Amino acid sequence: MKIKITTKELKSDFAEEVKKRSGIDVKKCYQCGKCTAGCPVAYEMDYMPNQIIRFVQIGARREALTSRTIWLCASCITCTTRCPKEVKIAELMDVLREMSLEEGLANPLEKNITTFHEAFLNSVKKHGRISEIGMIQEYKMKRPKTAMQDLLVGPQMLSKGKLSFLPHNIKGKNAIKKIFEKCK
Amino acid sequence: MSKKIGVFVCHCGTNISATVDVEKVAEEAKKNNPGVSYTTTYKYMCSDPGQKLLRDKIKEEGLDGVVVAACSPKMHEHTFRNAAIKTGLNPYHVEISNLREQCSWVHPDKPTGTEKSIDLVRMMTEKTRKDKSLNPIKVPVTKRALVIGGGIAGIQAALDIADGGQEVIMVEREASIGGHMAQLSETFPTLDCSQCIMTPKMVEAAQHENITMHTWSEIESVDGYIGNFDVKIRKKARSVDLDLCTGCSSCWQVCPCKKIKSEFDMGMGNRTAIYIPFPQAIPSKPVIDRENCILFKDARKKNIKPNDSKVCRKCIDACPIAPVKAIDYNQVDEIVEEKVGAIIVATGYKELDDTSLYGEYGGGKYKDVITGLQFERLASASGPTEGAIKRPSDGKEPEIVVFIQCVGSRDPAKGCSYCSKTCCMYTAKHTMLFKHKVHHGHAFVFYIDIRCAGKGYEEFSQRAIEEEGATYLRGRVSRIYKKGEKLVVLGADTLTGSVVEIEADMVVLASAMKAQDDATKIAQAVYIQYDKDKFLSEIHPKLKPVESSSAGIFLAGTCQGPKDIPETVAQAGAAASKVLALLSADELEREPVVAKVDRSPPPVFSTCIGCFYCQKVCPYSAIESEDIKARDGSVIKTVARVNEGLCQGCGLCAATCRSKSVELAGFNDEQIYAEINALEFN
Repeated sequence: MKIKITTKELKSDFAEEVKKRSGIDVKKCYQCGKCTAGCPVAYEMDYMPNQIIRFVQIGARREALTSRTIWLCASCITCTTRCPKEVKIAELMDVLREMSLEEGLANPLEKNITTFHEAFLNSVKKHGRISEIGMIQEYKMKRPKTAMQDLLVGPQMLSKGKLSFLPHNIKGKNAIKKIFEKCK
Repeated sequence: MSKKIGVFVCHCGTNISATVDVEKVAEEAKKNNPGVSYTTTYKYMCSDPGQKLLRDKIKEEGLDGVVVAACSPKMHEHTFRNAAIKTGLNPYHVEISNLREQCSWVHPDKPTGTEKSIDLVRMMTEKTRKDKSLNPIKVPVTKRALVIGGGIAGIQAALDIADGGQEVIMVEREASIGGHMAQLSETFPTLDCSQCIMTPKMVEAAQHENITMHTWSEIESVDGYIGNFDVKIRKKARSVDLDLCTGCSSCWQVCPCKKIKSEFDMGMGNRTAIYIPFPQAIPSKPVIDRENCILFKDARKKNIKPNDSKVCRKCIDACPIAPVKAIDYNQVDEIVEEKVGAIIVATGYKELDDTSLYGEYGGGKYKDVITGLQFERLASASGPTEGAIKRPSDGKEPEIVVFIQCVGSRDPAKGCSYCSKTCCMYTAKHTMLFKHKVHHGHAFVFYIDIRCAGKGYEEFSQRAIEEEGATYLRGRVSRIYKKGEKLVVLGADTLTGSVVEIEADMVVLASAMKAQDDATKIAQAVYIQYDKDKFLSEIHPKLKPVESSSAGIFLAGTCQGPKDIPETVAQAGAAASKVLALLSADELEREPVVAKVDRSPPPVFSTCIGCFYCQKVCPYSAIESEDIKARDGSVIKTVARVNEGLCQGCGLCAATCRSKSVELAGFNDEQIYAEINALEFN
């Protein structure tokens, strides 16, 4: 895909906005590419992690927020650990995901991932921790095309006691509720 | 008798006059100030006509005090004082009022600037009234120089000074001079053999009649001041008598400890316990490594004198020198004292060797991940493989070699933010050396930026890519891991936005140039400053690049910061020329702005109470104690005394003194109070 960057993007304060929200200063990045070199999911990404940082640096908001990369990031933090300039790259992906959702720019190709995140959060909200069965149920209902996926691991997990039919609630559910309210 | 003072206000083009009404300043200087008999303004006081104006008016008006309201005294105080000398006026009656750096440049509007300027000029006029004539201090000069370090910087500096006709004492802590340059295989950008151009210089230095060499020696202490340093040199016990030994090699050929890692070969080869670091070593006489020699180990264990140990005496038995053998196991350290007038510090660098820093590159675990200097030893004809490129693990010739740049450089997360400056060039050189020796091989270089600024440097790095077939990939390597006999290098090419995975046979890390481990120790021994990376600091980054913060001590080479050979040689020459200029005079003239401790007539002798608080605060160790003695030799009083040669006139002692017994010439209490009063009561 060819991208044209104009004065509008270059003059925008996208990098500043990201810094204000997260404290991450992308100006520090000198594009050495060590994040990309060590990323275990880079092969699936449409843009490399260092390119996402570059988009933020030059104000290419749309490219960054509509990218698939920000959703594919597994938050393994390898990039952050190895960054010579101490840029928190994995954390930056988090912020970009938030902004992407807020602005309705989330890449439609990665709907599965956003739905999965939602299902995960809903389960935590309800029980204070995830209930695997409930979460998977919600996810598969919302994304019916995935209904048959990974079905065979179910019985295996059940036999090993990794899945339980009834959700477990934690003691401090109210505290979790408060956290969710605060984050709204 | 009141002074006749002239005030000269400079416009400095528009630098001052844009924010200061200079005419008004001149006018106000005269008002209510009977001492000021002449005022004027001029476009550029520092220009030739400006100085002429100053000289003419001193004569015509008979001025005996001058205030030049212009830029910082750091810039032109010297100029205007010299102009005064030509008219016969003592230069210390000329004062500078700083209207530029401390006024016009920092204030935005004219009214504020003008008001402050009027105050500044009035203050300086009052101080000038109290100025006394001062005469420069003369200190004798010892016409010898000390060069610390025997690498290319030290050798070049020593040769230049010695050729200039002055004596040089050279101190090198290793067993041979030569430093890192002697370790290199070939040098960029010409690819000439490093040892071939280095060894003639080493020989020349060794044979020069003006150079005295102390190898296997370290600086114990440095005292004194510019022109008059007292240096103590520790000649470490070599266990070999340099006068008797002929360097015949009998001893190291029979030494049974053959598996000691050679420091010179960066651990790529072995040496014996009695050894010379490399074949062309100067002096070509061995030293016994007491840590690893089995005789010394035995003596330490049994707590006996080394000569009494009978474990192994092969070297002394093999020594053909008779009747007294050249090997002396009982030799002890010796302290040599020397007097010198100037010092050049050329202690060099060390290659980053903290492998634990880069866990992701194996952290020293993988034998086939080597450093730049180790590669130099591999490629060197005098190296452990005699120049054949063989990987350390199994001695096989590597086909695919990955070079990683910026290892330890430009990496703030690992505590090193600077660029080591030489790695781009030496990596390009390494790819060529590799290709010249392994024709079917392939060199890959991971880089962030290629920085090849220098004559012929850009062309050299392009040649590596265009003609010598090195593949450059723009990205930093994230990880190296072992897969069978191969090393998998996980990198990136940011130009295409892709991850790059190379199965390599050997990896060479372009390791950073770091300050020597004991750089701070040497800096403290000679009282000079160092920066956050422990490189020794020059006093001015542009205009005084070889001068250290202590007068008479100069810097050369990589102890001051990463640099390549041409730059090092140029800097060494520059430092040598400074030393020669210093040693060319029989006496040195010093600014008389120094502190003085009170001496009074009997029965007081001195108001100093001998608390020596001044000694504690003095940053230049210039305060000494002096016994005031009666005629019969009995001590009446012990008081402080300032060594005028060391004093830099900072005034800390004067400010600290509890009995007001210390006076700083040119800035005494009377003068300072006059300045303050002028501000307060007008």
